[in-house]
Amino acid sequence: MIDRDQVAHVAGLAKLQFTDDQLTAFTKQMEDIIAMADQLDEVDVGDTTPMYQVTNLSNVFREDKPEHWQTRTQLLQNVPEKEAGLIKVPSILDNGEGEA
Amino acid sequence: MSTNYFEEDITSLHDALVNQKTTAAQLTADTLDQIQTKDKQTKAFITVAADEAKKQAAAADTQGITADRQLAGIPIAIKDNIITDGILTTAASKILTGFIPVYDATVTSRLKEAGAVLVGKTNMDEFAMGSSTENSYYGPTHNAWDLDRVPGGSSGGSAAAVAAGEVVAALGSDTGGSIRQPAAFNGIFGIKPTYGRVSRWGLIAFGSSLDQIGVLSRRVKDSAIVLQQIAGQDENDDTSLPAPVPDYLAAMDGNIKGLRIAIPEEYLGEGVAQGVRDAIEKAVDTLKKLGATVDMVSLPHTKYAVPTYYLIASSEASSNLQRFDGIRYGFRAKDVKNLEDVYVRTRSEGFGDEVKRRIMLGTFSLSAGFYDAYFNKAAKVRHLIQDDFTKVFADYDLIVGPTTPTPAFKIGEKVNDPVTMYMNDILTIPANLAGIPAASVPAGLVDGMPVGLQLMAKPMAEATIFKVADAFEAATQFYTQVPTAMKGEK
Repeated sequence: MIDRDQVAHVAGLAKLQFTDDQLTAFTKQMEDIIAMADQLDEVDVGDTTPMYQVTNLSNVFREDKPEHWQTRTQLLQNVPEKEAGLIKVPSILDNGEGEA
Repeated sequence: MSTNYFEEDITSLHDALVNQKTTAAQLTADTLDQIQTKDKQTKAFITVAADEAKKQAAAADTQGITADRQLAGIPIAIKDNIITDGILTTAASKILTGFIPVYDATVTSRLKEAGAVLVGKTNMDEFAMGSSTENSYYGPTHNAWDLDRVPGGSSGGSAAAVAAGEVVAALGSDTGGSIRQPAAFNGIFGIKPTYGRVSRWGLIAFGSSLDQIGVLSRRVKDSAIVLQQIAGQDENDDTSLPAPVPDYLAAMDGNIKGLRIAIPEEYLGEGVAQGVRDAIEKAVDTLKKLGATVDMVSLPHTKYAVPTYYLIASSEASSNLQRFDGIRYGFRAKDVKNLEDVYVRTRSEGFGDEVKRRIMLGTFSLSAGFYDAYFNKAAKVRHLIQDDFTKVFADYDLIVGPTTPTPAFKIGEKVNDPVTMYMNDILTIPANLAGIPAASVPAGLVDGMPVGLQLMAKPMAEATIFKVADAFEAATQFYTQVPTAMKGEK
C-alpha cells in the first residue's frame, strides 16, 4: 500500500507538485494502481531472469566520427527564453547566486 | 476519378496517378477538403499541414509518378508523437506547446523519400498514455461509427481519420495496444510490427523497450505497402533489427491452407463480452473454412500482463519524460522564482493527470526500497509471458483472439477510473511485452460497433500476419461497409 506522505515524497522525486485536493485524489488512485501491481505477488518467478529488452542485441557499435548535423540556430529554435545565442534560465537560488 | 476513400486504396490511387487520371496536387487538394469537412465530426487531427502537403504533392507531380513508386503522391497522416521537420509536433501535450521539430523521424523521412504526401498530425492520448484519446490536451477524438464513443487510443486520431475516409492510411505507435485497439474500435486494419522492425528515431519516447511504430489502413494491403517502406534497420536506432525486410505483398497469396492457428483460452474468458466472443468464434470458423487448422492453447500468465506492463512502461516513461523540464523546448511556466521552480512548475502545469499518474507509478517502482518488489519483479514476469508465447509458437504459426474485451465505450465512461481503463488493454499488452508482431483485422459488428480479430505471430513474421489478414479480408469484405456516422459524407 502507499500513503499520502509516500505519494508526496514520490512527487518530489518526479519534480511534480500537487495541491492538497490533488494529493488526496492521487493517493486514492495510486492505491488502486498499486493494489493492481501487487497481483504480481501471486507469481512464483523462481530463478527466472528479469527481461529488460527483447531484441537480444548488445553493444551495437558505429564509427566514432564527427558529422555535421544541426546548426546552433536550429538547436536554439525551440528554446522558450534565450539571449545572445544562449539559453536563459532564472538563477539557481531564490535571491540570486551567492546568497544562500 | 473519385477520391472517395471508402472506394479507393493505395493501389487504385497509384494506378490513377500513373495513368494520369489525376495528379498528386489534385488528390492532395481533395484530401484536404475531405479532412476539413469530416474532421468537424471526428476531430482526428491536431494539425493539418496544408501548405507543406501541397508543396510535397507539387514536387511529386514534377518528379513524375512512375509505376515502381507506389507511395508517390499518396496522402498519409502521421500520429503527433512522430516528429516532422517544420511541422508542429505536440504528442497531444501542453508541455510541447509550439514545438517545431528541426529534423524528421526516420519513418517521416522514409515516407518523404517515397514521395508520400504528409497531410497532417493526428490526435492521441498525451504521450501515447491512454486507451481512448480522451487524455489529449487538444480534446477528444470521436469514433467514426458513433460520434458519442471513443475511437480508442492512443492512436485514436489516426484510426478515426482512416475509418472516416479522411486519409487512406496513417502511421501510429503501439506501446500496449495503441494501434490495434483503435483499429478494432474503428473497424479498420492496424499492425504493430516486431519490436525493432521499424526505427524509433524521432518517435517521442514513452516505454522504450515496448514502443513500436506501425500502420493503420482500411485495407490490409495498404498497411503492407506502407510498412514495406518504413521498415528496416536504421543506424540512428541501435534497437532496430539488422534483418532484411521480406516482400510483404508477395506473401499475400490468399492461400492459408494448412496454417496452424492457436487460440489462447485466456483470450475468451469471462472478462470478454459475449458478443465479442461470438464474433471471434465466427471469424475462427472463417479461418477454418479457408483451410487453417485451429486448436485451443493456454498462455497462463496472461492475467498478469496488465500489472507487468504498467510497472515496466511507467518506469521507462518516468525516465524518458525527465527531459521535459521547460529549458530547451515547449512550454515553460511563467513567474517562476528559481531554476528548480522552472522544472517543478513547468512539469506540474504542462503534464495532464494520466501522464502524472504514470510518472508517479514509474518513479515509485524504481525508487529505493521498491525496485525489487515492483520494477524487477515485473521484468521477471515479463520473461514468463514471453516464454508462454515461445512455447506456443513451437507448434503454431499464428495466435488469434479478440483485440479488445468490448467494442468502443462512451466518451467519459471510464476516464476517471484508471484501473478499469487499464484492463481494457489486457489482450493487446502481451504482444508488446514479448516483442512479437500483432495486428487487428475487422471481424464484424456487435450492436453496430466494430470488433477486431487479433493476429499475433513469431518475431519477424509480419508476412504471416499480412497473408492471413488479407485472406480473411477477402472472405469477409468488412471494408465495403461505411461507418454509420459517415453515411452521406463522401
